[in-house]
Amino acid sequence: MTACIEPILGRYLHLDYAGRPYRIYFESAGPEGPKAGIPLLCLHTAGADGRQYRGLMNATSVTDRFRVIAFDLPWHGKSSPPEGWQDEEYRLTADFYTGIVMAFIAALSLERPVVMGCSIGGRVVLHLALRHPGAFRALIGLESSAHVDPYYDTSWLHRADVHGGEVAAGAVSGLVAPQAPAAERWETLWHYMQSGPGVFKGDLYFYGIDGDVRDEIARIDTSRCPLYLLTGEYDYSCTPEDTLTVARAVPGAKLTIMKELGHFPMSENPDLFLSYLEPVLAEIASPG
Amino acid sequence: MGGAAAKMELSEISSRLTALPERVEADAVLLRRGRVLNATCQLIVGTDAFLLRIVDGRVHDVRRGPLVTPSAEFTIAGDATVWRRFLAASRPPGDHDLFAFVKRRELQVTGDLHPLMSHLLYWKGLFGHLHAESAP
Repeated sequence: MTACIEPILGRYLHLDYAGRPYRIYFESAGPEGPKAGIPLLCLHTAGADGRQYRGLMNATSVTDRFRVIAFDLPWHGKSSPPEGWQDEEYRLTADFYTGIVMAFIAALSLERPVVMGCSIGGRVVLHLALRHPGAFRALIGLESSAHVDPYYDTSWLHRADVHGGEVAAGAVSGLVAPQAPAAERWETLWHYMQSGPGVFKGDLYFYGIDGDVRDEIARIDTSRCPLYLLTGEYDYSCTPEDTLTVARAVPGAKLTIMKELGHFPMSENPDLFLSYLEPVLAEIASPG
Repeated sequence: MGGAAAKMELSEISSRLTALPERVEADAVLLRRGRVLNATCQLIVGTDAFLLRIVDGRVHDVRRGPLVTPSAEFTIAGDATVWRRFLAASRPPGDHDLFAFVKRRELQVTGDLHPLMSHLLYWKGLFGHLHAESAP
């Protein structure tokens, strides 16, 4: 038998936000305390959770310099929905999303963190750049767009006669690049299969409607908040052209199109993703 | 595309569809995914049509048109050139999944989509058997 323990620490944060108490699960890896690395806060995709960043948290090339932190949004992963959820329809809004990210940063006393988000997380970094430009060392948008066109009717994601986890996994399966290793591909889909009822659909309310930021991105000031954009070539939800549109609208934004990657670079192929991310992190960490 | 090339393509797609029941029968994972699926799907390839009848996850039969008053739960339709790209052995980014074509309106999916959406991974696996590299 062989056994080992990963250097990832999981904890729960009790956080009162917008008048409601939340119990938020987060994981972290990398040095804490006086010799803490640069905080790198990672935001998961719609209908998934922080496990997507497992590869990053186990990469010493990253955790040597960064303290990597990923929290599960309320309703996701091990962050249960708040009391009374059973009488509500979950819908993620731009105000709630940006607000809870900032509340989490404040609760953990993260000083000018780097925030990296994927998909809906890649969208919310644009909102963060607009609303809190002085709060971050840098922002990294993975599969980041100002707006996306739908490719199916999202009402299929939440109805009692269709298994929500199976349809969610089927809906996103084509967003994983064909080159992804089978184990990582299917673990990525497993996260979707485990999502709570209506959660993926509720996240897509932000992605498709409330988080549309096309009219505002030209105001992003990269001199105050450096913005890096990395998108997989196989992503047909947030296409490379969608990200290119953002890069063209935001002077100073730095764009990378990632070969042989899709919509979930950090979880579908962590090693390949790291080869694209490490130069970005090195630039962010450099004193100049 | 010339008429001769189009006919050749249709013939190739038809032969892949003909081989589909046997290929699905040999795919135990796909059969398990589709074990409670019973549905008929119409594929429209240009001006030609095919009916796939699925019974308990098995491809019970494949009928090639012309079809008179065909009955199917749902239809996937597109030009022959689009189907050629969808079923090619080597597919570039953007041509690698059914929904990528649907998003660009190059393939149209219509009808009662419950059998499709409730069994998406099954259907994607089934279409995977039609790709050129999978075909015998």
